[in-house]
Amino acid sequence: MAAQTCVDVRNEWDIVSARQLGRDLSKELGFSSVDQARITTAISELARNIYLYAGKGKVCIEPVKDVNRSGLQIIASDTGPGIQDIRKVMQDGFTTSGGLGAGLPGVKRLMDEFSINSSVDIGTEILITKWLR
Amino acid sequence: MRIPILKLHEYLLISIQMELDDMTALQFQEDLLNKIHDTGARGVVIDLTSVDMVDSFIAKVLGDVVKMSNLMGAKVVMTGIQPPVAITLIDLGIVMRDVPTALDLEQGLDKLQQELEV
Repeated sequence: MAAQTCVDVRNEWDIVSARQLGRDLSKELGFSSVDQARITTAISELARNIYLYAGKGKVCIEPVKDVNRSGLQIIASDTGPGIQDIRKVMQDGFTTSGGLGAGLPGVKRLMDEFSINSSVDIGTEILITKWLR
Repeated sequence: MRIPILKLHEYLLISIQMELDDMTALQFQEDLLNKIHDTGARGVVIDLTSVDMVDSFIAKVLGDVVKMSNLMGAKVVMTGIQPPVAITLIDLGIVMRDVPTALDLEQGLDKLQQELEV
């Protein structure tokens, strides 16, 4: 299995590339069609956040292994403005873009694991994982 | 890239069969409204059978085009939403309010016919 694969996100078409990469890798790993859709959609949302809020960044996808399970991990990182109040963006319905994205709570619901690290003026890194069932 | 819009009597039929990037989605909105204007179509079916993922942006563009078409006097039905798409939309928390849907193209056309006869 390939190691980490990354897509630079700088424009709207890169969102599609990141999405396609997620679709291909999740299919390759044997995820169900529903989980493939969840992973692809989560990647699309995170890539859009990068494009909308940070301007540029990257989405890296890699297969991961735990003791008794395997899955797919996605890291979306940027060196944008960062998030002021993480608690706030994790509330359903919070938006600064007028509702263009579904927001991070939606992404969290799509995945099994979700963690976020953000510093104002330094950037944001979001790590999400889906485990094979 | 452009999504083809077919005319069938007083209906317009669209089957989305390509990866939707933002530009293609927005272009489709404009193309559909122009086509409604040019043909005087009263009903529209947008079929999503071949679409395997709908993110919040695409959902918004599709929801908006339904409202825009309604403003012009045309009714729109969305058909063929696949199980994984329905599941992820609800997971994401996206509610497509006031968007008429049907299982497939056939039932979509029936639904339009009923609505237009009233």
